[in-house]
Parts: sequence; structure tokens; C-alpha cells
Amino acid sequence: MLSVILILSAALFFTGVINRTKSILTGRKGPGVLQPVKDIIRLFKKGVVYSTTTSFIFQAAPTIYFSSVIMAMLVVPFGQSKGLISFQGDFIFFAYVLALGKFFSIISAMDTGSSFEGMGASREALYSMFAEPAFFILMGSMALLTGQTSFQEIFADLHLGSPISYALAMLAAFVVGMVMMIENSRMPIDDPKTHLELTMIHEVMILDNSGFDLGLILSAGLIKFAIYGALIVNLFIGMFPYEYTIPMFFAIQVMAAVITGGIESFMARFRMSHNAQFIFALTSVSLLIFFGVLMLLGKFI
Amino acid sequence: MKHATIVNNQTIPVSEIPEISYDEFFELNAGFITESVETHCVNYFGYPAGEMTKLICCIADDLHHVIYVSSCRVNPTGDLPSLSVNLFCFEKFEREIHENFGIGFTGHPWLKPLRYAHNRKDKTQTIANYPFYTIQGEELHEVGVGPIHAGVIEPGHFRFICNGEQILHLEIQLGYQHRGIESLLLSRSKLSEQVQIAESIAGDSVAGHTLAFSSVWESLCGFNATEDIHFSRTLALELERIAVHTGDLGAACADVAYQLGSAVFGRLRTPIINFLQEWCGNRLGKGLIRPGNNTFPFTPDLSKRLTEVLHVFEYQFIEMNDELFSMPSALSRFERTGSVSLENMVSIGTVGMAARSSGLKRDIRSSHPHSLYGTLQHEPIVKRHGDVYSRLQLRKQEVPQSITYIRELMTSVPEYHPEPVPMGPLAPGSFAISLVEGWRGEICHCAVTGNDGKLLIYKVKDPSFHNWMALAMAVRNNEISDFPICNKSFNLSYCGHDL
Repeated sequence: MLSVILILSAALFFTGVINRTKSILTGRKGPGVLQPVKDIIRLFKKGVVYSTTTSFIFQAAPTIYFSSVIMAMLVVPFGQSKGLISFQGDFIFFAYVLALGKFFSIISAMDTGSSFEGMGASREALYSMFAEPAFFILMGSMALLTGQTSFQEIFADLHLGSPISYALAMLAAFVVGMVMMIENSRMPIDDPKTHLELTMIHEVMILDNSGFDLGLILSAGLIKFAIYGALIVNLFIGMFPYEYTIPMFFAIQVMAAVITGGIESFMARFRMSHNAQFIFALTSVSLLIFFGVLMLLGKFI
Repeated sequence: MKHATIVNNQTIPVSEIPEISYDEFFELNAGFITESVETHCVNYFGYPAGEMTKLICCIADDLHHVIYVSSCRVNPTGDLPSLSVNLFCFEKFEREIHENFGIGFTGHPWLKPLRYAHNRKDKTQTIANYPFYTIQGEELHEVGVGPIHAGVIEPGHFRFICNGEQILHLEIQLGYQHRGIESLLLSRSKLSEQVQIAESIAGDSVAGHTLAFSSVWESLCGFNATEDIHFSRTLALELERIAVHTGDLGAACADVAYQLGSAVFGRLRTPIINFLQEWCGNRLGKGLIRPGNNTFPFTPDLSKRLTEVLHVFEYQFIEMNDELFSMPSALSRFERTGSVSLENMVSIGTVGMAARSSGLKRDIRSSHPHSLYGTLQHEPIVKRHGDVYSRLQLRKQEVPQSITYIRELMTSVPEYHPEPVPMGPLAPGSFAISLVEGWRGEICHCAVTGNDGKLLIYKVKDPSFHNWMALAMAVRNNEISDFPICNKSFNLSYCGHDL
């Protein structure tokens, strides 16, 4: 329960902090930290316009996408406190319930029949597919190291090992951080600020969504960010008492947002053809963690 | 002699342009273009002369600093052999003549409508039934962008044929912006109205187009502009170049999602256009250039202000460029993206900045100097690779060059002549041409007057007219996601093309 409250409260400011960082770093005044949330509230008050070429899939997809993100949020633990749902192998559930939401957002983009949205959908599908091995090799290695198969038990056991497990946690934080960028379509994979349909990935898929549906998709985006932030936090907090871990949670979330803002200010987006290489490189970092675990367990050589 | 030889901004009687048969006309102009790369077609147009149509072709020779003008009289109902068969640079001109007068050109690759002029010959050709090039194939898909775009820009339709992410072919369909500039200029009788129309040909080249219009007008009236008029015009043209180049660098940064560059270049453009406002009351320089008159004299106060503005600007501009061009992630987007070979540029007849980025030295400021460029001894900057990086590098280097020229000009500000010499009437039965190097490239205005001393035809050619084809060539075999950055690196004008 605690994790749900913390993730929702982090979701309120995460994107706002990114935008604020970007505006400060580039010398602009910029919107307030709560602006993304205000925008979503505005959208929730609006009606929805459906294109005549779309079917029921397009109407159902935003709701399914939103609920998939909520479901994923429920399995994320926080230190000693389990998520609302916790069972053996829940990290597989986590990955595939998010994939289900993504699948629906992809077919709803195809449903509009727009040439842009089809292009965005194929890009999103490709990059998610490439990111999947990185996440599973990482979680598999963690499961191997700890001998546990649920999020909460893996994270709780992680810190009973040697200091080298902290080194592995650093690498794991990098992988989860980059998966966060890919899954949320941020730089350097995708540019969320662009108005150019031809270079977009995620933004182009939701071009036809409006009003309440768009509000659902955007709020799912905010929560998704905070979920991945929470996973990074979990890699470090272990069994520390709450009075340390809750401030640490917010500190790490803000730090992740500021780093994201910094990357987006001082870097150009990758060329589309380089994205695939970059995402594959993440898998190799995951493999590094895997071999590290094998060495720790003495199963190597 | 089969042609008349004139210099930039010169007026000659129409009777001095020899009228030759179309076969001779064909031979002559094909000869000019094939002889050397230093010649290119600056304008080729037709106008009705009784039952017949008169064609005038102007070829600029950059080496000898002259323009060859030739003419012929043809029957508009007949078919003529097309110059475009071998010389692609005539392709658009022939399409325009075909659209306006119905003259067929046998052997022309595809006589598609160009801009759907209101007075076109065949009114059944409408923008809705434009004949697109198509390829059939299981693995290919078409992407249509526009005419309404996501950004706040002008309308134009782009039709891509792609294999996955790779662009095989791009067709650019324009004409949505057609306002009938050329007919409007003829229909107005007041010079003050005409010059306002000329100012609005392309909003980003106000100084360029107004200067070309004023030069044509003054040349037809036999008016010799004073030193202070030339000074204001040269200065305005260079300020416009600095402002637009800086804005384009910012836009290129925005297209590769580099926030800092986008914000800083965007801000740097402002002091330059704000200075134009201080000078003439309009940030785009509207109202600054008027035929036969120096409406806004350049005072010592303005000179002091401009020195200050440029002092701050130059330092920050160079610093931001050092940052941008040493950043690997940005360079990886710019380098080897959207390359156009020198051969293609020559064959298309590309002009201006885009041509210079591919190693083709075409700059009216040095080849046909006007205003004060003769005294500045301009040496064009030329790049070799013809990719996005080259086009941005060219902007990066042209801005400091323009600043140097402005500083040089300001060392001796000519004295203001408050009493304007009244301009005489237009010379009857004459032809005048003016070439101006705007920031985008060569702007060409031509005028022919009738025997009654009124304008018979006024022809405008913006550099975008040729250069759109260069963009279509640039994106071939590139990723479709790199199209926006290629497009921005050319930054062509829709309304300049559509008129």
C-alpha cells in the first residue's frame, strides 16, 4: 500500500521537475512543476472526438493502457512493504501487463489508418522488443542471486550479500534507468517536445486521441515514470527503516528527473537507426550483471 | 548577334533583344548552359504578344559578370522541343510556361502543373487532382505530409515513397500559397502599393525582394541611387542574412532535440530584428527600402547602437556555435545526412546558399555585384560535402562574414541626401532585370514595359523555385525521420515559390 501512495505522489511532480530543469538549464522561465498535472485535469473535463475511420479498439485502448499501468504499479514493492499484489514471479507479470497496455496502444494507433501513426507504432513495437531482453536478463540475474522470484523478496534479499551486490545494483540502476527512458519515450531515444510527426515515436501514436482519452494516456505516462523510479529506489533501500527510505525515495526520484532534464537539455536525439544499437547495448550491460552474479555464486569456471 | 548582353540592373529597349527562331533560341541557350558551370538560367518566361507568345530567356554568366538575354516568338498552340530533355534546370520554367500558355514541350519528363495560377490556360487542372508519381510494391508505403503541417508553417504537400524507414522518393507539391503576385503588381497603378506587394513576396526575404523590385524600378526610370540609399540597402540585406541564418541554426537544433541550442539561437536572433525595428519600425524591415528614396536614414545614433548589438551578438554566437559543433550527438545527426552531389546541384540549377554548400560557387554578391558589394570585394564561402552539416557550417561562417561587412560599411556612413530626386516615368518598350543575393540565394526580378510606358509583364523568381528540387534529391535514401532536419537545413519558401 505504501508503494502505491509513494508512486502516485512522485508521479505528481516527476514530469514537472523534468520540464522545470530543462527550462532553467536553457535559460527560460518555464512552466510550474505541477503544470503537467493541471493539463491532465483540464483534459479530464473535456469530451472526446473519435475519427469516423476508427473502430471500438481505438475507444477501448486508452482505458486498457491506463489500467495496465495501474496493475503494474500494484506489484511494485517498497522496501519491507510488499506491493498490493505480490506473488512468485510477479516481475514477469509486471513486464507483460505493461506489454499488454502497449499492445493495445499500438493496435489503436494502427486503427486510425494514419500513415504517421502506423510508422510510430512500428517503431514503438521494435524498441520495446529490443528492450525486453535487457529487463529480463537483469531480473533473472537478480532472481538467481537471491534465489527468490518475487519483486519484494528479491529486493529484500539483495542487500544481505557482499558489498559487490551494491556494485551490481549500480549497474542495474543504469539498465532500469535506460529502460525507463525507452518505455516513456524520452531522450535520447525519442523527443517528447517535437512537433515533427516524422521523427516521433510515442507522441505520434496518440495524435488522434483527445480529451478524456488523452488525459488517461498522459496520466498513465506520469505514473509509468514514477514506477520505474520506484524500481531504482528499491535496488538500494533494502531493509532500512522507513524514516530513511521515504526521504531517499523522493530524493532518488527528483534526482532521476533532474538527470533526465539535463540529458534532454544538453544532448541531441539519436538518429533513428542508432536507437536499435543503443538499446541492444543495454542488453550487454544486463549480461555483465548476469556474469557478475554467476561469479558471485561461484558457478562460473 | 543572336542575343543581347547586359549587366545586372541594366535596362535595354525590347527591340534590342534580337528575336530569333525557336530552333536558334534552343541551340543558343542549350549552348550557354552546357558550355560551363559558370552560367545558369536566372529566368525564362513567356508573355502574350498579340496572337503569339514571346519567350525571354536570361542566362547569367558568373565569370564575365554579364547576363545574356535572348527571345523568340512562338505559336502558343504548337508543340516545341523541350530544353529539359538534357538540361534539367529548364524543367520548372517549361512547366510554368506550359501551365500559363498551354505550349507543349515534347520530350519534357512530365509537364505537371506548377502553382495553379489563377490565369492558367487549363482550368480543369486543379490542386485536388494533382498527378503524383507512384510506385507499386508489397513492401513500399506512401506517407503524405501536409498541406497542413504540425508546426506553424506554410502549406505544401510532401509525398514520400518509403521502404520501411528509408525514403526512396519524395515529391513536393506546391501551389497552395498562390496569391497572384505578378498579376497584382500589374493591376496596381500606385508605386506605394506595388512596393508593398513586392515586400510580401516572401516574409523572410523582405529586404531581398524589395531591393530587387526597387532596382528594377529605378533602372526603368533611369534613376541613379545615391550612396546613402545603397548603404541602407546593403546593410538591411546583411542584417536580414544574419537574423535568418541565426534563426535557422536554432531551428536545426530544435529538430535534433537540442534544447540549449534552440533556446540560445532563438534568443540571439531577437536583438538583430529588434535593431531593424529601431531603425525602420518593423522587425522584418518592411518599409525600409523604397524605390528612389531613402526613407529611414542611418544616423550616427543607430550606428552606435548597431555596434553595441553586434559586439554582444558576435561573442555569444561564436560561443554557442563552438558548443554545438563540438557535440558528438548533434554532429552524428548532421553529418552525412541529406547529401546532394555537385553534379545534381549543377543539373538542377540550384542557386545561393544550398549551391555553395555542395561546392557550387554561385553568389550574386561577387558575380553580379549590386548596391555596395562592388566595394566590399565579397569572396563567397564554399563547402564541399553538400550535407546538412555543410549547410549549417555555411550559416555559421556567413554570419561573421556579414558582421565584418557591416563593420566595414559603418566606418564611412555616407551623407544623407534629404531631398529625393524625383523619379521619371518608366521607359517605354524596355526590359530590365535585377539580381539580388538574398540570404537564401539569388532573387531575380524582370520587367517589360509596353510602348505606353506601363508594365506589360513583371516576373519574380525566388531562389526556392530551383532549390525545392534539391531538397527532394537530398532526402533520397535517407531515413524518413531525418526529413525535418534536411528540410530545415534548406529552409525554402513556400510563398516565394507559389507567388
